[in-house]
Amino acid sequence: MSDTHSQLAFVRTEMLAQKEPPAKDKGAVKWVRTNLFSSWSNTILTLVAFYVIVKLIVSAGPWFANGLWDTNSLSECRAILDGARGACFSVLSERWQQLLFGIAYPSDQYWRPTLAFVIMLVAAAPVLFVKLPRILLVVTGLFPFVAYWLLWGGTFLTPLVSLIGVIAGYYAFKNVERFGFVLGLGAGVIVAAIVWKIGGALTASMDDVLALRAVASRDMGGYMLNMMLGVVCISLSLPIGIMLALGRQSHMPIIKGISVVFIEFIRGVPLITLLFVASVVLAYFFPPETNMDLILRVIIMITMFSSAYIAEVIRGGLAALPKGQYEAADSLGLDYAQAMRLIILPQALKISIPGIVNVAVGLFKDTTLVSVISMFDLVGMIRGPILASTEWNGVYWELYGFAALLFFVTCYSISQYSQWLERQLRTDHR
Amino acid sequence: MKKSVFLGALTVAGLTAGAAAAGTLDDVKARGKLNCGVTTGLVGFAAPDANGEWQGFDVAICRAVAAATLGDPKAVEFVPTTGKTRFTALASGEIDVLARNTTWTFSRDTDLKFDFIGINYYDGQGFMVPKSLGVTSAKELDGATVCIQTGTTTELNLADFFRTNNITYTPVPIETNAEAQPLYLEGACDVYTTDASGLAATRAAFENPGEHVILPEIISKEPLGPLVRHGDNEWGDIVSFTFYALVAAEEYGITSANVEEMAAGTENPEINRILGTEGDLGAMIGLDNAWAKNAIAAVGNYGEIFAKNIGEETPVGLARGLNAQWKDGGLMYAPPFR
Repeated sequence: MSDTHSQLAFVRTEMLAQKEPPAKDKGAVKWVRTNLFSSWSNTILTLVAFYVIVKLIVSAGPWFANGLWDTNSLSECRAILDGARGACFSVLSERWQQLLFGIAYPSDQYWRPTLAFVIMLVAAAPVLFVKLPRILLVVTGLFPFVAYWLLWGGTFLTPLVSLIGVIAGYYAFKNVERFGFVLGLGAGVIVAAIVWKIGGALTASMDDVLALRAVASRDMGGYMLNMMLGVVCISLSLPIGIMLALGRQSHMPIIKGISVVFIEFIRGVPLITLLFVASVVLAYFFPPETNMDLILRVIIMITMFSSAYIAEVIRGGLAALPKGQYEAADSLGLDYAQAMRLIILPQALKISIPGIVNVAVGLFKDTTLVSVISMFDLVGMIRGPILASTEWNGVYWELYGFAALLFFVTCYSISQYSQWLERQLRTDHR
Repeated sequence: MKKSVFLGALTVAGLTAGAAAAGTLDDVKARGKLNCGVTTGLVGFAAPDANGEWQGFDVAICRAVAAATLGDPKAVEFVPTTGKTRFTALASGEIDVLARNTTWTFSRDTDLKFDFIGINYYDGQGFMVPKSLGVTSAKELDGATVCIQTGTTTELNLADFFRTNNITYTPVPIETNAEAQPLYLEGACDVYTTDASGLAATRAAFENPGEHVILPEIISKEPLGPLVRHGDNEWGDIVSFTFYALVAAEEYGITSANVEEMAAGTENPEINRILGTEGDLGAMIGLDNAWAKNAIAAVGNYGEIFAKNIGEETPVGLARGLNAQWKDGGLMYAPPFR
């Protein structure tokens, strides 16, 4: 037995070195084969797509490359290009401030909306990212008041009084809440109203304290207006939507009735109709000379509109929860508010995230509809003043491309955030 | 915070309900600003420039009225309106004057309860087609697709014209002039129709204006003018005669350059009356005697306004035509100032 080996002709005593994979199964070649040319149909699609891309680059490339940035009018652009294809980006370099801030916002005050935008990012951060220190929420709480002061100007006392009123109302609510939720709410509202009234009377004669130059609502415009409408309406419509969704599920007939009628009525009416009501019809109901702020009217209408949609999205989330969750909350002895706050809504809202984001992105883009009621938002600025100026009459691609770029950046960020959030909140075991 | 603003607005609404009955002039003086409705943008007629200052032929009327009533051509709050919102803005009192290339028609004056205070531009509806189409007359447009602005008189004129000539067309509705331009150039419609002044301005902005022709037919009368609400005739008179002062100023050779010099007194009593050195025309309409002088000094006479905004030297390049002074064969004719 011991000399078995000697009878064999050859025995390998060490391992073979690993061989390179065949050329067609490695690296770029493999990637191309599996991803682009894996079958006949895919090959055809790849070729077609390749052709389209090349065509696009060949036709749009020179347009970008020849772009002019420093002429004074479209005719000057055309004279310089002299028949060659090329963009006239000069309209952007001359009018970018109008596109961002509107025609009438004082140009030496542009730092104010810019600062408000930066603070908004800071204020939104702790809400969006749970891991950030909670102390940042103070910024979030103060943001609406500071932003109002920055954007509209005037004395700082106005938002300060509003803030004190809100805080006083909150404490009144906290102290009375143990006698009942509704009682607490009533006490909070009354205390806040009293503080506003007294504060308003006290500060009436102090218009110059910490005053920024006042800017009328009419003078707001450009992308700033889109951002203002979008941010305010989305943040307002979320809590209202939750209340409507809960109201619709309520067993109390009046609350249920009000919620159902509100939601169904608003969903049955196009947004543009509501905007026309805000701008045109409401003017008939108020006496002349009372100019209830047009932006405020529009905010109310858009908020109503989007809260109805968000309510339905959240109702979907509520309906998706198994009945056991409700019963579990009851069996723990939680009252309605606690059960909703601790058990039901966290789960229902998590399910609703894609739907809510969908509504939010749609709403943000819908803010451009205000151009139809002659407000100069980003699209209104393009459609109205800029295309009607003698210098830039006839520039389309550059302007609308710029608008599309701004909206894409914003909406894509929102959508990426929501996908990230969904991954964070995933609790199943996949 | 929003709530307090809202409640505040409601309170103010209640308090001022009684004060609304006062005259428009008093309102304007109390406010210190004239609220003037303009278009959201029409080349040469009204558009804000790079600094956000409104410029244009219609805008000049607003500035003239502000100069006459308040002494300051900058004391104007411009309220942009679209074809659909303009009349409600005026009727609801949001604006004091609407100077928005609006056609004077019977029903607008009577049924909608407005007063047109004069005609600052005599226009007419025309057609523009690409030269390559080979059309020489609007009557050959049978079966054409036509780009047309909605909510305007041009829409109705078009229907009338095609019906009387017993030919058919397909309308392509559009919202603004700026929208029509790319649609027409891309061939979404064969014909673009609007006021002849608008056609000229649109064509001037094309890359190759020579490839498009404006057909000879003018199918309607479009007397464009500023308007005010029914019921406050004193205010109507002020706006009306501010405009006619500009027209008369051209007739008598008063310009923004020489108005100060002429206001010192001239041989011509009519000029003296307009400029307030003789008589007291200003007091008759509740204004300072220098009202017309202020207006002319602010914006120039009618001819200057025309030349600066839409005249042949500008990209819009319109000839005076019907809008020349009556002495030059046009229709601009101001009543005597006495």
